[in-house]
Amino acid sequence: MRLERRAHRPLVLVLLAPVIAIVTALAISGVLIAIAGAPVLEAYRLIITGAFGTRLGFTETLTRATPLMLTGLAAAVAFRARVWNIGAEGQFYLGAIAVAAVAATVFSGWPPYLLIPSSLMVGAIAGMVTLLVPLGLRLRFGVDEVVTSLLINFVVVLFVSMMIEGPLKDPLAFGWPQSIPVGADAMLPKLIDRTRLHIGLLIAIVVAVLVYFLQSRTVFGMQSRAAGLSPTAATFAGVPLAKTLIKVACLSGGLAGLAGAIEVTGVKGYVTTDLSPGYGYSGIIVAMLANLHPIGVIAAALFTAAMFVGADSMGRALGIPSYIADVTVSLSLLTMLVSIFFTQYRIRR
Amino acid sequence: MTAHPVLRLSGITKRFGTTLANDAISIDLAPGEVLALLGENGAGKTTLMSILFGHYTPDAGTVEVAGAQLPPGKPRAAIRAGVGMVHQHFSLAANLTVLDNVMTGTESLWQLKSSTSKARRELLSIAERFGLKVNPDTRVGDLSVGEQQRVEILKALYNDAKILILDEPTAVLTNIEAETLFATLRVMAQNGLSLIFISHKLNEVMAAADRVVVLRGGKVVAERLAAATSRAELAELMVGRRVARPVREAATSGPILLEAINLDVGRRLSGINFAVRAGETLGIIGVSGNGQTALGHLVSGLVQHSGGELRLFDHAVNQTSVRALIEAGIGRIPEDRNAEGAIGEMAIWENAVLERIWEFSRHGLVDRRAARQFAAQIIEGFDVRGGTPDSRTRLLSGGNMQKLILGRNLQSRPRILIAAQPTRGLDEGAIAAVHTRILEARRAGTGVLLISEDLDEVVSLADRIQAIVKGRLSPPVPAEQADARMLGLMMAGDWPQDGTLAHAS
Amino acid sequence: MELLEIFASAGIWGAVLRIATPLIFGTLGALVCERAGVLNLGIEGIMTFGAMIGWLTVFSGGDLWVGLLAAAAFGALFGLLHAGMTVTLGLSQHVTGLGITLFASSLSYFIFRLVVPLASSPPTIEPFQPLVIPVLSTLPFFGDALFNQTAPTYLAILLAAILAYVLFRTPLGLAVRMTGENPHGAEAQGVNPIAIRIGAVMVGSALMAIGGAFLTLSAFNSFFPTMVQGRGWVCIALVVFASWRPGRALLGALLFALFDAYQLRLQAVLGKAVPYQLFLMVPYVLSIIALIVMARRARVPQALMQPYRRGER
Repeated sequence: MRLERRAHRPLVLVLLAPVIAIVTALAISGVLIAIAGAPVLEAYRLIITGAFGTRLGFTETLTRATPLMLTGLAAAVAFRARVWNIGAEGQFYLGAIAVAAVAATVFSGWPPYLLIPSSLMVGAIAGMVTLLVPLGLRLRFGVDEVVTSLLINFVVVLFVSMMIEGPLKDPLAFGWPQSIPVGADAMLPKLIDRTRLHIGLLIAIVVAVLVYFLQSRTVFGMQSRAAGLSPTAATFAGVPLAKTLIKVACLSGGLAGLAGAIEVTGVKGYVTTDLSPGYGYSGIIVAMLANLHPIGVIAAALFTAAMFVGADSMGRALGIPSYIADVTVSLSLLTMLVSIFFTQYRIRR
Repeated sequence: MTAHPVLRLSGITKRFGTTLANDAISIDLAPGEVLALLGENGAGKTTLMSILFGHYTPDAGTVEVAGAQLPPGKPRAAIRAGVGMVHQHFSLAANLTVLDNVMTGTESLWQLKSSTSKARRELLSIAERFGLKVNPDTRVGDLSVGEQQRVEILKALYNDAKILILDEPTAVLTNIEAETLFATLRVMAQNGLSLIFISHKLNEVMAAADRVVVLRGGKVVAERLAAATSRAELAELMVGRRVARPVREAATSGPILLEAINLDVGRRLSGINFAVRAGETLGIIGVSGNGQTALGHLVSGLVQHSGGELRLFDHAVNQTSVRALIEAGIGRIPEDRNAEGAIGEMAIWENAVLERIWEFSRHGLVDRRAARQFAAQIIEGFDVRGGTPDSRTRLLSGGNMQKLILGRNLQSRPRILIAAQPTRGLDEGAIAAVHTRILEARRAGTGVLLISEDLDEVVSLADRIQAIVKGRLSPPVPAEQADARMLGLMMAGDWPQDGTLAHAS
Repeated sequence: MELLEIFASAGIWGAVLRIATPLIFGTLGALVCERAGVLNLGIEGIMTFGAMIGWLTVFSGGDLWVGLLAAAAFGALFGLLHAGMTVTLGLSQHVTGLGITLFASSLSYFIFRLVVPLASSPPTIEPFQPLVIPVLSTLPFFGDALFNQTAPTYLAILLAAILAYVLFRTPLGLAVRMTGENPHGAEAQGVNPIAIRIGAVMVGSALMAIGGAFLTLSAFNSFFPTMVQGRGWVCIALVVFASWRPGRALLGALLFALFDAYQLRLQAVLGKAVPYQLFLMVPYVLSIIALIVMARRARVPQALMQPYRRGER
């Protein structure tokens, strides 16, 4: 028995790969649910109704999908150019805290149509800077950016914690460690009243389409793909390698920073150290489930968010730890890797 | 059949996907015999040897060593039966010592201690016996290529090899190193070892082998005693049909287009001089690893010169870049088409335009229609088979990929063409096609710089020839005056320093 | 000088050994994987799972040593998963490793929550007690500084020596190193690089899990989510710092722990004057600096992160 590379990747398989991956992951989680002593089919039903069945549940799924789309895009853009940005979590937090730092202070009194875009921009820039550090270390010293971007996540979260217990501490929060609020004017308008859903969702979708356009139609898109697929050939073809990777890092870090900025201005209004339940890491899963395709990221983010929201309500109803969502989603990353593999290879006798 | 065979391959058949790599091949090897396995790239030589050595499992057929059948797909069994293999790409670990490399896999894995000192003594005594000098404690990465090959051979001998297989052993050696190698092989044969060496070079087959087996298209097409055949016969047997390589016609050369005066590139090239004229081909010969890569990269805009002068169209150039050179009308064929020339996972049209993307884009947007059209023109004009503009480039065969690379350069009629190893690894048909194109360009007034390790290729294409040795270039000789002896001397670095080689001989 | 007096107390040296132990296990585990050519970024999750399963075993009545063994066994299982994906199928070692980390940690949290539904304070176990070594443990200063540790700490130090011996003095170690440098070469000499890699990743992952279990069975006495705190990533950096040598890995982990122990005490001395978060950043920043310093110097196993497929070059 051996593996043989397919000459062509059948489109059906490519489209089917994430479905097979998710179904497999759900099946394995089903075993865990059964071990936990709950009826499996009922649990699945509760996940679906929890995520989509009610107005509240559905808007909550969309709200949670918003940052995931952006961190998913951040990972997808970077991975395509083989920039292993595992630091989206840190970029998310630095983007968020940067917005908290400026929105109600430097930008205070600005009209919303100026304040909101400027705040989001500041968040994106903060994210860029966070990723340029590990990329710079790779280009200058040859340090693998995977480990550095992971380590920087911890540094950034500690920095945020230092800020919200120090200079940016909200004096009116009864001693809770949280940042000063960004202020009502900086908050993103709601999409639907009396829900948490805000226009950040639309921003994320538009950004996904823009990224798709950037990757498929522009010189930058073509060069960054070339740089990722074969640095040697790209260099021979005159692609400026370092410059291209820096642009990729700016885009990727910027997207993750934007995610943080949007989460702060869309949902909470201030920063705490539990602002993100691992959006940065889940973004990697989203990107892989989407097979790094920007439009696919939208769907993958919806699936991931639905799992989290649905598992929450299922967990409450059946007394199952809601960590089952994390298990399923991370499993689906592993099963997705395997199913992508089988779109490229087949088993021969 | 002379003596009882030490090795017998019977009916070996191996299929990869739809291609039949080995078709019922049967070969016998006598003790003390040197057998050459002759064939072109893709004839199935390497597959056959990989089966013999247990890297691949054959679909049918058996391997017998000294009358006992080897289990298929078990390298360890082959080693134990006394089969040793010297690979074309060495299977050495650069970071480990010679002794480490030799000892790997020779002891039971679960033994609690390696018998290092015993192994060192044994290695030294083998080295002594066969005249293969080496220091066991040197890091392999610090050895020269020739010395590394010695380590490969020692590895096999250390494993008590009775049958030694050498895959293209001279590909990386200088003429002198190659002669030393053949002398070593003789000593080994006299010591009772049986040898198979794989080659596509007729000269060395005639010089070193007792018997020659010719493979073509996965089949044994002929078997000859070396004493009873000729170069010409072997050539015809190997190729099967007469593929006439195009021949260069006389031409008058024009002005100098590209010139190097006492040029250095770091420590890789030092004080080189050459001039490429319009309508003329300058051939650079030499054994692999003597600075060809640096030279190719220099004139392709990938590295900068650190000293001396580089003149392009009669102007000194200080700083080059890929884009500047392409815009100036330089076409570039890289020496490694898979690593540098094309990106397998990208579409053919993307590979066609990537190096000149500014011609196919406006305001940062790729003009995909124009790019596809350009690719379609290349496919049409240069007879690229096996793909449309939108198919993945990795689906192309080597020859067709090279035609694509040639096409994207020649389509816009360059003034200078840099061709580094343009036919490496191609079959005769594709070689002829590439040569035709290069000659066509030369006829149209392009100045060609041909860097090649294939002596025949340079002799048939180039007007003037220089040799590259350890980062230095010999003075040029006109192709008409170059005979094998002179070229051999040049490649060995043996030329007078006053630049009068042509007249000196 | 108050800042230097810290080093004069026996307590800090004892703390160094304690802090270093999980790092030594983790670093050696990662080192074994990488020597065979496989980067195992599953380490963070595997350590988490080791911490959880070790604690759970003891919590449900198992012996402490059985807890360590359980951790090792499950670590090896995750290693098998990693190897199956990266060695057999040749998938991206980066992404697979991260996937394993995410999967193993969320599975740990799930199982933990299943056992301890709503924990006001996490249930504790009776951890390893310091091993009393006759004479040595009662020495003044040195007794407290060096010989007042639990058994797994001594085991970790011993392990570094054993691994150094195995890697550089036995045929198996040579086969592992050859596989990490040139798997084609290993295959050509009759060593099966696939088997070596799978074995190395399983053994390495078992060590990682033991490192995690040390946290719950010796350093602390209970499990709580996120307790591994990036130690796995620090180990990955330490392997580079150690140039893939077990002896230097031990040294690196100790040096690292020294900084960590020092900053903990410094915190106590300096108090509120400096935000405590700055001290907590030290290990991560140190790791990054170690990577920068060693990046170009270290002799990386040549085939690290290169999948090996038979017959493909």
